[in-house]
Amino acid sequence: MENVKKATRQSYGEALAELGRKNKNVVVLDADLAGATKTSIFAKEFPERFLDIGIAEADMVGTAAGLATCGKIPYASTFAVFAAGRAYDQIRNSVCYPQLNVKICATHSGITVGEDGATHQMLEDISLMRTLPNMTVISVSDDTQTKWAVEEISKINGPVYLRLGRLATPVIYDETQKFEIGKMVQIGEGTDATVFATGVTVAEALKAKEELEKQGINIRVIDVHTIKPIDKEMIIKCAKETKKLISIEDHSVIGGLGSAIAEVLTENYPTKLIRLGMKDTFGKSGKAEELMKYFGITSEDIIKNVK
Amino acid sequence: MKVTDINELEGIAKSVRQGIIEAVYSNKSGHPGGSLSIADVMTVLYFNQMNLDENNPKWEDRDRLVLSKGHCAPALYSALANRGFFDVEKLKTFRNIESNLQGHPDMNKVPGVDMTSGSLGQGLSSANGMAIAGKMDNKDYRVYCVLGDGEIEEGQIWEAAMTSAKYKLDNLCVIVDNNNLQIDGTIEEVMSPYPIDEKFKSFGFQVINIDGHNIQEIIDAFDVAKNVKGKPTCIIAKTIKGKGVSFMENKAEWHGKAPSEEEFCQAMQELGGAR
Repeated sequence: MENVKKATRQSYGEALAELGRKNKNVVVLDADLAGATKTSIFAKEFPERFLDIGIAEADMVGTAAGLATCGKIPYASTFAVFAAGRAYDQIRNSVCYPQLNVKICATHSGITVGEDGATHQMLEDISLMRTLPNMTVISVSDDTQTKWAVEEISKINGPVYLRLGRLATPVIYDETQKFEIGKMVQIGEGTDATVFATGVTVAEALKAKEELEKQGINIRVIDVHTIKPIDKEMIIKCAKETKKLISIEDHSVIGGLGSAIAEVLTENYPTKLIRLGMKDTFGKSGKAEELMKYFGITSEDIIKNVK
Repeated sequence: MKVTDINELEGIAKSVRQGIIEAVYSNKSGHPGGSLSIADVMTVLYFNQMNLDENNPKWEDRDRLVLSKGHCAPALYSALANRGFFDVEKLKTFRNIESNLQGHPDMNKVPGVDMTSGSLGQGLSSANGMAIAGKMDNKDYRVYCVLGDGEIEEGQIWEAAMTSAKYKLDNLCVIVDNNNLQIDGTIEEVMSPYPIDEKFKSFGFQVINIDGHNIQEIIDAFDVAKNVKGKPTCIIAKTIKGKGVSFMENKAEWHGKAPSEEEFCQAMQELGGAR
């Protein structure tokens, strides 16, 4: 698996086409970004089940809601900032409140969007989406997990937000890896610290784990692919078993993964949590890797905080 | 069930209006003005036009309606109740904490409601989705979408209008309830969407202008719409806000206000007396 890198948006496009072959009810919508979200792969194979709504995200989400009332399983795709941001009211009132079977699949999340800069770097979507009743929130870390998620969410009869990235990241899991919605993946048994990570930061956490091992420090990494419903048991278990708790996310620390974990800790097993992520700030233009360094969401930042 | 007699339909429209007044009066909350303005159109849809089964509200081949101007839920609920989807007595529970009749339509709580609505501007998009699904599945059901004339100030309506035309949704019929009033005044004063007909025409719709209180004209317009091919239809129904209750007619203040006991009695009398 080492050295193989792939962006989850690419995996998403491929998995959609695969799902389209299996399930005739799957319909894909995009808002003039099919080339970037990779829904173009599906569109090419199933043009009759692909709707390009143009640069009109609110309409795209509403159209998806209408399709869902008629038994279709719409996957509505655009960049995270336009999905969770611009179309928030449509997701809230036309999808989540009526509990419609719409999958909002948002690529280009976080600062790892890179050069496009702050207007295109969505840092609040986990926060906005997990606060909505009836919503399931998934944030995937690699190719294998994305392919699992794309099919798995079609089996949930209700709204789902799937968070995807632009940056090519290491393939972490082989095809035998089992995932379950609402169950975090524990990697390693280390007790010196737990690092909760999601999306692109899982690979950073694994890098830190490896580096720290060389220095005799053993941590465990928890891949939080489901942000909602949150896996309370795993959080409490790690709080009990390890000396330090750290969360890391390519998202604001306000309302995101760190907040979700802190909520569980506060109510169940009060423990200090160090939250790495965007600290109440917008992003900026730059290369994704440079930005991760600049804003402190790399393996080195984890190592610093474990020690 | 298809009522074709004009007098009979006019009688039903009165019952629908009575239901609206009862609903808004019972818990002293709701939107009578726009509900009364659309009452004749809703009557024609639910009693003359739409292919429905009140005993099987989720029947997959049924015609569908999205009340995009969701605050006019009393008109939808009253039409549904009078059509037999639920007991008309239930209308008196409207907006009560114990009731399934929410302040704005909820498709999961009320039999016959095809789409949840309330946040203005969203309904045409979902109606498009239903119409596209119908085309994909080769079904011949029709989709109706009722918009307010103030509501079309929302940008999403025009995003959706482009979608209706792009996908040649001739199974879709939009009705604009042109009562000319919104909360802050006339629609020209607040943010004029006029000329509404020219706008929809330029967006690719077949446009029909009618008197929204003339039952025969309403029927004829829907019949014409059914035969339009290759594009969606928009019926602009010129209406009077508060129509049927003298003191509510053409008064923006009755947009979202419940009548007092005295006003209620007068309104019911004007609508043909208590049932």
